[in-house]
Amino acid sequence: MNNTEKKELRILACKVRRGVVEGVYHAKSGHPGGSLSAADIFTYLYFKEMRVDPKNPKDENRDRFVLSKGHCAPGLYAALALKGYFPEEELKKLRHIGAMLQGHPDMKGTPGVDMSSGSLGQGISAACGMAIAGKMDKKDYRVYALLGDGELEEGQVWEAAMFAAHHKLDNLCVIVDSNGLQIDGPVAEVGGPEPIDEKFRSFGFDVQVIDGHDFDAIEAAFAHANTVKGKPGVIIAKTIKGKGVSYMENQVGWHGKAPNDEQYAAAMQELNTALSGLEAE
Amino acid sequence: MAEMVKKATRESYGEALKELADQYPQMVVLDADLAEATKTILFKKAYPDRFIDCGIAECDMVGVAAGLATCGKIPFATSFAMFSAGRAFEQVRNSVGYPKLNVKIAGSHAGISVGEDGATHQCNEDIALMRTIPGMVVLNPSDHYEMKAAVKAAVEHYGPVYIRLGRLAVESFNNGDDYKFELGKGITLKDGKDITIIATGLMVSRALEAVKALAEQGIDARLINIHTIKPIDREIIVKAAQETGKIITVEEHSVIGGLGEAVCSVLAEEYPTPVMKLGVNDVYGHSGPAVDLLDEFGLSARHIAEAVKKFLNK
Repeated sequence: MNNTEKKELRILACKVRRGVVEGVYHAKSGHPGGSLSAADIFTYLYFKEMRVDPKNPKDENRDRFVLSKGHCAPGLYAALALKGYFPEEELKKLRHIGAMLQGHPDMKGTPGVDMSSGSLGQGISAACGMAIAGKMDKKDYRVYALLGDGELEEGQVWEAAMFAAHHKLDNLCVIVDSNGLQIDGPVAEVGGPEPIDEKFRSFGFDVQVIDGHDFDAIEAAFAHANTVKGKPGVIIAKTIKGKGVSYMENQVGWHGKAPNDEQYAAAMQELNTALSGLEAE
Repeated sequence: MAEMVKKATRESYGEALKELADQYPQMVVLDADLAEATKTILFKKAYPDRFIDCGIAECDMVGVAAGLATCGKIPFATSFAMFSAGRAFEQVRNSVGYPKLNVKIAGSHAGISVGEDGATHQCNEDIALMRTIPGMVVLNPSDHYEMKAAVKAAVEHYGPVYIRLGRLAVESFNNGDDYKFELGKGITLKDGKDITIIATGLMVSRALEAVKALAEQGIDARLINIHTIKPIDREIIVKAAQETGKIITVEEHSVIGGLGEAVCSVLAEEYPTPVMKLGVNDVYGHSGPAVDLLDEFGLSARHIAEAVKKFLNK
């Protein structure tokens, strides 16, 4: 990727992060930490990697995305809005009564959402179903599923992992947003899904571990995943929970909490400054 | 009259899947290592490319079915009721029901007539669980011909459907030549004015026997077959209550949350009527031959007839 492209992606990612903060602030609840840690992944998927068209969100040949860690909907919504699936104004109505944007993704009501999710561990199974449907129909679309590292504590994830490898779903790419924190504390202290890479490898996946905030690394990882034949791929993206809003970074407490007025102002100022800096580069 | 066949409804289900496959190329069948028992093997042998064995992983199976449905497939996710409706309840609710996906969940070996496998496999709660899911259609066919028609109706209905299958062979009583299955419509198998028996699934044929025995004793009982527990046929129930004054429900399922309570709910709202509920009375089953167990749990024709007489003070 050349520097112009990378700069564009970083600008978009910054806007996704602003969307996250806007959404969660106006909802007075929601999950900023994991939405921010995955913001670069959302950005890369929707603006570089996936074959999607916001004007034709149900195109049967499109690539699919399943947000298995559904609580990070604010990040997905911000990316979808930026991509043009719906007006950005909707972000300010997140979680409100009658709003299109539900607390967790609702495929019935939100253009661009390929699967309803939120109950952890379930999205990856649905992604397997989409991938095997693609194989049956000899279609060349790819399926992406984003999971949290805490989510890996759900047994269903490993049922699905076994299924994906057994059925050689090389059109499936799992991404783990490995930010190291979950509600009750550090993932390593609460549930212990590590070593994540070895687990997926032993389940028959092609495994890559990358810096989930480095667009060069992200690009290389997806490029490689697209070439793997005969087995599913997993990209374990090492990330920082709350990335981009300094007071939220690596803080367990920002898993599922909305900023107050002052915190909102500080977060937006930080993100706007970062954005101006990027645009001036 | 079509020939009488003695078959378990799981067998009829497997046959129906196979017979409908050509007409509905979007149909795919999933099982969780029980294809021999649930009879999805009949489909598997004929259409191996459209059959997915998910291994012993029912929660994943339901999720995979949901994903297939988002791509236009009509998946039949099949296992024992204990696992497809029980273990995977939350997957059915959140991955199938909430997005209103076109997934059919089949629960075989339902009720105590599983027999020798005992309590862990005798699911008496599946109807209650599936009824609570918004938009879920709940079917409990009573014999071979009704099951085959019900599977076709499930394919033709867009949206989530639960179908209950039995392990025990049952003699057919519906006429396969002119049998018509209407989703959500009960069937009056015998008219009567003294009392109404409302039965579902395996218990319909037993209730039919009971009604005949009662007729010989001068009791004119009406018999209604409710194959669709949700949406339930309110009209036929209210009319029966108005015309016969007393209702007995019969189901091979817990009396909590099943047909009996569905009927009570209709009557409480529209026409309060005394109801007696026959079913599994808030207990677990245990091992034994299916027919003996049904007898032990008060679910034979004899018990139904006795209950009717008791309810009528005769």
